[in-house]
Order: sequence, then C-alpha cells, then structure tokens
Amino acid sequence: MSIATAVILVVVIGLVLAVILTVASKVFFVPVDETVANLRAELPGANCGACGYAGCDDYAAALAADHSISTSACPVGGADVAAKLAEILGVEAGSADKQVAVVKCNGHCDAAKTIMEYKGIESCKAAKTLFGGASACTHGCMGLGDCVAACDFDAIHICNGVAVVDREACVACGACAKACPNNVIAMLPEKNKVFVQCNSKDKGAVARKACSSACIGCGKCAKACKFESITVEDNLATINPETCKNCGLCAKECPTGAIVNLRAKKKAPAAEKAEA
Amino acid sequence: MLKILTILLSVILVNNCILAQFLGICPFLGVSKKLDSSVGMGVAVTFVMVLATAATWPIQQLLNKYEIGYLQTVVFILVIAALVQLVEMILKKFIPSLHRALGVYLPLITTNCAVLGVTINNIDYSYTYVESLFNALGTGIGFLVAMIIFSGMRQKLEGNKFVPVSFQGVPITLVSASILSLAFMGFSGLVG
Repeated sequence: MSIATAVILVVVIGLVLAVILTVASKVFFVPVDETVANLRAELPGANCGACGYAGCDDYAAALAADHSISTSACPVGGADVAAKLAEILGVEAGSADKQVAVVKCNGHCDAAKTIMEYKGIESCKAAKTLFGGASACTHGCMGLGDCVAACDFDAIHICNGVAVVDREACVACGACAKACPNNVIAMLPEKNKVFVQCNSKDKGAVARKACSSACIGCGKCAKACKFESITVEDNLATINPETCKNCGLCAKECPTGAIVNLRAKKKAPAAEKAEA
Repeated sequence: MLKILTILLSVILVNNCILAQFLGICPFLGVSKKLDSSVGMGVAVTFVMVLATAATWPIQQLLNKYEIGYLQTVVFILVIAALVQLVEMILKKFIPSLHRALGVYLPLITTNCAVLGVTINNIDYSYTYVESLFNALGTGIGFLVAMIIFSGMRQKLEGNKFVPVSFQGVPITLVSASILSLAFMGFSGLVG
C-alpha cells in the first residue's frame, strides 16, 4: 500500500511539474531569430566549448550576430558542419580567414641535440616536468605527440621527432595548440606560406648550440624584408602574417634555415624531377 | 526574531555552506576565477535557494503526511530542476538582461548540491517555514561571501611569480581553498 502511495505521489508531482513547465514554455515563449535556430540545428549540440564560446547556443548566436566569425570553429562537426553553417549565413566556408596550425619548430632528430635519453611516459607534458624535456632546447617540439592525441582529424603527425601539420586536413580547431606544453603550435592564416619555424627565446649562441636550425635572432631576415613585417624580439624573429607577402626573401637570407618557405619547398621536388 | 538572526549569522559565518559544510565546491572552484562571474553565480544561487526552499518545504509536509519522507531526495531534485527551468523561462521573457548576465550558471544550479543541501537541512533541523526561508537566504549569502573572498584570492594568485611552477593552476587553488576553510573555522563557537 505504502509503495502505491509513494509511486502515485511522485508521479503526480512529476506530472504537475511537467504541466506547469509545458504551459510556461508556451506562455513565456520568446521568439528566437530564425537564423540562430537554423544554425543551432546544424551544430552537433555537444556543448563542448571547443569553438571558444559557452556552448552551441552561444556559438550560433555569435555567428548570426557577426558574419565575420569563422564557421569552421566547431571541431566536433568538422568540415561538413562548417559548410552547412556557411550556407545558412550565405558566406563562403572559412574563405578569407581560413587558418591552419603551424608548428614553430624544426628541431628534428638530426638538428636538435638531446641532453638525456627520455624513457618515461610517452607524453610531452610528462617529459616537460623532467628538466624541460629530453631536447637541449626547452622551447621546441618534444615530439612525444600530445598534439597528435589531441587532434580529432588526423591532421598532425610526428615526423623525425617534430610535429608536422597536414595543411589540407587541418580544420584550425586549435586543440593541438592547447595541448602543447611548450606553446610551439600557433594558428596562422592559410595564405601565409612563410614562417619562422623556431620558438627558442635563448640567446643566439645558446640556441645554436642546442639546435642547428634554431633562430639565433641575428636580424638578417628583418633587414632583408621589404615590407617591414619581421621583428626580432627576445632573440626570436616573428613574421607579421598581415603584412607578409610570402616573397620568401627572409627564408633565403636565414643562415640557420629557421625560416621556411612552403612555396619553395613545393617547387624543389618538381625541379629535381625535371633534372632527372 | 533572535532565532532568525542566529540562523543567519550561523550559516553565513560559522556553518558556511562551502567552507564548513563542503557543499557546492564545484562552482566554488569552477566559477571563482573572476569577481563579476562569482558575484553572478552567488546571487543566482541565493535566489534559487530561497525559491527552492519556498517550494520544497510544503512538499515535505505532504510527504510526511503520507509517511514517505524517505523520498525526500528524489522529489527535491525533481522539484528544484523543474523550478530552475521555470525561473529561466520567466527571466528570458521578462528580464533578458539578467538572463544574459546569469547565462550558463542558471542551468548549472539545477544540479548544485548546495541548493539540495540547504533544502534538506531545513527539514533536518525542523525549522518553521519562515526560519527555513531565512536559512536559505543566509546560506546563499554565505555562498556569495565565500565566492567573493575566494575570487579575490585567485586574482592575486593568477600569474603570481612567487607560486612555484608545479603549484600553478589547480594545486595552488586547492591549497588556498583549504586555508580559507581553516580561517573560517575561527568563527566556530561564535553562535551557540
């Protein structure tokens, strides 16, 4: 008998609450902007916050309010969702400001010296706690793959001890940049093909000793640049992505090869083939 | 009147819901990074606590009448969750600015153990309806006070060079939370 009363009473309370909420949702209905509702419907609803907003609702509202926000910020939805969002908004999917992750380190196994043989947990974060990692340079890529684990799109891999981004597959979610304990990964516009592949803020001699492809802060690139888009600060050259014209003069001038020009890299294998 | 004052003083300082009863630790650690967000959370929690008490106290009488007081927890969670939903709808319709200010904190409060804790405490201490309401108000204010003090501490700790590298972030936050809790123990015995 007492079980019956308990069940009935709880069900009644639940029903009463349900009725109140249903009525309230009609009475206090607030018309939502149709665009926001459509955008929200396309988003996966994981509410993970990886886009940088408080949740899917917040991201949808921000997108509707400001069309310049990237539609490809949602790493859960990926490219499909980005395309659908762009279609609703009537903009091109991640057109002007498409970004990709860039690893600011070229200290591969032959270039960077090691100070120990690290045999601990296969994680950059763990290695970092042990004298800043196995590499002699404490600013660079440790190559243990925290970023690879963080990437949901199989767009970053460890090649010869350094993380390398697959620029085609990258959706610029920034998960790898967050996972990297040395902040080696930056998000740069896709149109920029020339960048400094070094993160070392050590003085020139120290940096050079630790890694043969380190930026030594000599400033040759800054002098070579015709657009004044390179600054050297804390012994590290930085290219301003907004003013850089991808001319590649700096890459040619760099004595250590710390600046790479992706366009030149693409041409090189083609030239080799032609010669052969 | 004196009893109400005693209740207020007790739950704000001596039996502070976060620092002495260890209820609502999640928002205490999660939302206390900035002063304005912790004030928002504190006010929202206080508001919901008073409303929840106003709704659950009569329901407890109903449960007692049918001798199913043991269903207290289940029923209270149900009622509080529904109540928060209702409050959110009303705020969205009539005070959108406040709804935006409270933002994501309001739905978070649905499952806040401090709210459930205060409603159950009201019954356990067999307070009257008015006393229960003041107990809820006081607990909410105590929550707010703890949040404000702690967010001040965290703003000082943020980016502080004196914090050792391995202690930065969560560890130093937990350490300072426990020290703050110890400090509040100094109030014990203030109210009989």
